[in-house]
Amino acid sequence: MIPGDFEYYRPNSLDEAVKLLATHGDDARVLAGGHSLIPMMKLRLAAPEHLVDLRDIASLTGISEDGGNILIGAMTTQSEMIASKVLSESCPIIRETALLIADPQVRYCGTLGGNVANGDPGNDMPALMQCLGATYILQGPDGSREVAARSFYEAAYFTEMNDGEILTAVRFPKPTAGHGYAYKKLKRKVGDYATAAAAVILSMKDGNCVSVSIALTNVADTPLYAQAASDALVGTAIDAATVDQAVALAEGITEPASDGRGPAEYRTKMAGVMVRRAIQEARERAQ
Amino acid sequence: MSKQQVKMTVNGTEVSGEVEGRTLLIHFLRENLGLTGPHIGCETSHCGACTVDLDGRSVKSCTLFAVQAQDSDITTVEGMAAADGTLHAIQEGFMQEHGLQCGFCTPGMIMRTHRLLQENPDPTDEEIRWGISGNLCRCTGYQNIVKAVRYAAKKLNETTREAAE
Ligand SMILES: Cc1cc2nc3c(=O)[nH]c(=O)nc-3n(C[C@H](O)[C@H](O)[C@H](O)COP(=O)(O)OP(=O)(O)OC[C@H]3O[C@@H](n4cnc5c(N)ncnc54)[C@H](O)[C@@H]3O)c2cc1C
Ligand code: FES
Ligand code: FES
Repeated sequence: MIPGDFEYYRPNSLDEAVKLLATHGDDARVLAGGHSLIPMMKLRLAAPEHLVDLRDIASLTGISEDGGNILIGAMTTQSEMIASKVLSESCPIIRETALLIADPQVRYCGTLGGNVANGDPGNDMPALMQCLGATYILQGPDGSREVAARSFYEAAYFTEMNDGEILTAVRFPKPTAGHGYAYKKLKRKVGDYATAAAAVILSMKDGNCVSVSIALTNVADTPLYAQAASDALVGTAIDAATVDQAVALAEGITEPASDGRGPAEYRTKMAGVMVRRAIQEARERAQ
Repeated sequence: MSKQQVKMTVNGTEVSGEVEGRTLLIHFLRENLGLTGPHIGCETSHCGACTVDLDGRSVKSCTLFAVQAQDSDITTVEGMAAADGTLHAIQEGFMQEHGLQCGFCTPGMIMRTHRLLQENPDPTDEEIRWGISGNLCRCTGYQNIVKAVRYAAKKLNETTREAAE
């Protein structure tokens, strides 16, 4: 359980960090909270020769509101998101989701940036970011660019991010006031990744659903944005038959692995159960 | 790979040492500093036996490199009792309420409780259970650990109240 050795750098600025990555190419990795990377390094599934720790780059931490958007710095930890007043008031699904990640010690270290950049389908924040319609802001040697969370994930551990790029922040439109939300996660025990999980955000007007977005965690090799299931609910009163239809559509896009968390068929069904419960709770919470 | 000099404050004393980049904080504490209070249970970030307090957060010291702790302020279970040996209220709680059997998880439990009670001085039993959910105990069944935390919370709150009077 001893990782391979590496050179450690702790730059003070984003520019310096980007330069270090450019100098060392694909032998270099960024280190955030380390709670996905260090376990992988112990197993020698990752063996970077240069580690660039982002913790001293102050501009990467913090939660702010800017007009109709919320901006969260990549190095903001899960426990900082849980404690955030801005998020509790404007977007409480983030707190609900973060509390279902691992345990208190892990949440003091694990960052939003690490969770979404990692590319592990087991991570909970990527589907949530797809549900929120978030945009990832990336900084590379040639400047900055933006990629939608819904098109960021290509396969397990493969994302749109290029070697040498650093995710600096995540931005998303503030969900409308009075929206309903829920993140439902089935797991075997505290600290476990999801057997299946679903994020739902919806808005109601005069008894009808005016907008909804649904996304799924850990039931394919990427997070899944459930477009068809979401569309099925819009314009309806979210009656039982429509919910059945949305659940079936969500189940239809899953491609889970059969593993210690259960056979694929079971995990697909559990994704459906999580979607159903999340829709129900979001519906009840919507004003 | 070159070795690096690290320096940090541990239990109120400034310490330094030479480590490889890959040296885990738990190994630095145990092997370089001789602080064998923090235990290695699983080494895979699950059991919490290695929990120490670092800059006001409970962390699993098996999942941090010593170099990441550069310039930080760390408390281990060795730093909890008073200089004259008087036990800290949390240690006393674990003793009085029989909150340990083999004691392997105890240093981590105590350090996690230390931070939990600063963030939430009067937790409910449910909050205690969620608060220590990153710490595994194979002996007690947790019942007496919850009691120990409650004992400590009560005692610490009484001390704070007396000090205020
Ligand atoms: C016991 C345990 C249980 C866990 N359970 C869960 C769970 O249920 N759900 C869940 O979602 N997670 C879980 N995690 C993972 C945890 O949330 C991680 O902390 C998180 O996934 C990664 O964040 P990090 O800051 O630790 O990133 P790191 O481990 O530092 O980095 C992860 C990867 O992302 C890259 N990276 C990090 N930051 C950036 C950036 N800003 N720009 C570009 N690349 C970057 C790194 O190079 C690395 O490849 C668990 C971890 C443990 C140890
Ligand atoms: S030894 Fe660190 S969590 Fe188990
Ligand atoms: S007392 Fe033995 S593991 Fe907790």
